[in-house]
Amino acid sequence: MATLITSISGWGRYPVQSCELERPERYADLRPGADSVIVRGQGRSYGDAALNQNGRVLLTERINRLLEFDMVNGILRAEAGTTLAEILDVIVPMGWFLPVTPGTKFVSLGGCVAADVHGKNHHHDGSFGEHVLGLELILADDSRVRCSPSEKPDLFWATVGGMGLTGIIGEVSVRLVRLQSALMKVHQHAAVNFDQLFRILQDPDLDDRYAVAWIDSLATGKDLGRGIAMCGHHAASEEVPDNSHLDLKPARGHSVPFDLPAWILNSRSISAFNSRYYKKEGGKRYPFLSNYDTYFYPLDAIAHWNRLYGKRGFVQYQCVIPEATSFAGIHRLLEELSGSRQPSFLAVLKRLGPQGRGLLSFPMSGYTLALDIPIRNKGIFVLLNKLDEIVLQHGGRVYLAKDARLSAESFRAMYPRFKEWLAIKNAVDPQNRFSSSLSRRLEIGMI
Amino acid sequence: MKRFPFADGFALKRKFVEKPASEAVLILGATSAIARATAAAFAARGDVLYLASRDEDELRRIAADLRLRYGVEVHYGVFDAEATDTHELFFKAVIAAMPKLTGVVLAFGYLGDQKAATDFNYGKKIIDSNYTGAASILSHCANYFEPLLRGFIIGISSVAGDRGRQSNYVYGAAKGALSLYLQGLRNRLYPSGVRVITVKPGFVDTAMTYGLPGLFLVASPQYIGECIVRSLDKSADVIYLPWFWRYIMLIIKHIPEPIFKRMKL
Repeated sequence: MATLITSISGWGRYPVQSCELERPERYADLRPGADSVIVRGQGRSYGDAALNQNGRVLLTERINRLLEFDMVNGILRAEAGTTLAEILDVIVPMGWFLPVTPGTKFVSLGGCVAADVHGKNHHHDGSFGEHVLGLELILADDSRVRCSPSEKPDLFWATVGGMGLTGIIGEVSVRLVRLQSALMKVHQHAAVNFDQLFRILQDPDLDDRYAVAWIDSLATGKDLGRGIAMCGHHAASEEVPDNSHLDLKPARGHSVPFDLPAWILNSRSISAFNSRYYKKEGGKRYPFLSNYDTYFYPLDAIAHWNRLYGKRGFVQYQCVIPEATSFAGIHRLLEELSGSRQPSFLAVLKRLGPQGRGLLSFPMSGYTLALDIPIRNKGIFVLLNKLDEIVLQHGGRVYLAKDARLSAESFRAMYPRFKEWLAIKNAVDPQNRFSSSLSRRLEIGMI
Repeated sequence: MKRFPFADGFALKRKFVEKPASEAVLILGATSAIARATAAAFAARGDVLYLASRDEDELRRIAADLRLRYGVEVHYGVFDAEATDTHELFFKAVIAAMPKLTGVVLAFGYLGDQKAATDFNYGKKIIDSNYTGAASILSHCANYFEPLLRGFIIGISSVAGDRGRQSNYVYGAAKGALSLYLQGLRNRLYPSGVRVITVKPGFVDTAMTYGLPGLFLVASPQYIGECIVRSLDKSADVIYLPWFWRYIMLIIKHIPEPIFKRMKL
């Protein structure tokens, strides 16, 4: 197959590495080959999960066919390269929705399984993998196997959250959820500081199926951790003015056409933006209806928003702190962050439910904080190492799909089920054919 | 790889939905990226499709996808362009499955590589698939449409067929022959009211061109597919895609041979 040698990066645009790309158009051409390879869907993981420096990267963007839809039970089978956006276009008008969706719909189905992604409803519905009914996996010896929670469960739970390192995910069957309207009923609650914000997220009376909090990461002192909790659910038919709301016109999109100079986003401009946003959104005291696109995918409306951070890119740092220590842990992280001279421009806090069965899955019962930090100098990596320490002290972990710099030791300490996972990986891929820049950095599957 | 500004197409989906469905289209070579995009553009209008290619597994996948995304009727069947003796039977099977056939898109082709220039046995495959196979199946299509006094035939040729160049003249010759064939066919079928459209794409981002060096102004298959379907609403007989290739080829065709033979193209 024709290959294209070029430099690519993840969504954070750091690191940038030279890889040998292959882009099969036929399902039968999804094959591992003889040397190191990693699959890349839409390249929306932030760091080096879908990079393979000087190695092969298999693009699945053209392996994106919808194969079967059981309209009675809401079971969809599709090829792994299909994006959630493509799926939503088909299922929403029929009254179905994804059981779990990350903050962008421009991700592939295979990527959702490989990173076992979670959404704003993890505390109620778990992560993506828990709604997957089965996979077709193409193994290192080029054999095609079906696996599911009941068929080859070990391989299945090693693949869910396995970062593409067990094999090529070819097809995915997923159980969808019923929808009465395409609108969301959203209730926003402003909090003046972290203490209040945290209490809102914990309050069962304010909780909803989906809940997420935006934090003004540049607020300091008594305002530290002020933010807005955004709780919502799919509006029931009696909550919308009429029943014609399954078919929505897509919102007009914008695009960032080129890299902005790095100085445009600075502490002052972002601080001004955050204050305005806090006042505007915090002022919405009553529940309102919102398009599902604006609620779930606010940043998708701006194509290439990662260019806002300039040419050097950014790091997204997402960690989870277990329930018992989460208040103290996240408070420490926010303090460390505001004390450093590395501004984070976006901070999001979410509640997570119990850990799923995926052996390398990220979520665990507690709270997860996600920070976007532009890369301006080496100092950022010193800061992030400090954050790792805090996370480790509190028994938490860092999300691999966002990660570009975690150390192999920290990884092992954060993912206690790694050994169990490695045994399965070694059994199906003894030569470590499925490897990525991330797997080498974390010293996964070294022979 | 440089892409031209509208490389991703015009997002014509919604516009198409409003048009009443009327066509039943046979797509030959349906598993290529351009054919898949063309099929999607037809399906988005609500047209019925019959997909044909050698690869049955791919056909099954593409057919399922089009049915789910656009809610249209999609048939498929195995078709081998090089096996010309099977074409008559194949075409009968298409008519049996889809008695109201209104149009055909010929989308198969084989680029091959430089080896074709020195190794005829290899080059023959390029000629057979791009020209011989096309002439064979098109004769059955033309004979079917001619007495019905309706229908369309869209042949996907290539800008490579406009002038022979040392880098791929076997492919160019086969596509050039196809262009001439379509031209003659258009002339023959004009009195019967059957439209014959020759499509000449430039560089398109497909498996055929992936990773090739020196490509410029590369169009997406979606753009090409949408333009092919839209060509039915217009009157042009020969369309270049994207449009500016008409002018690029105009210049290339007019370079005097004494100069052209010295060039490295």
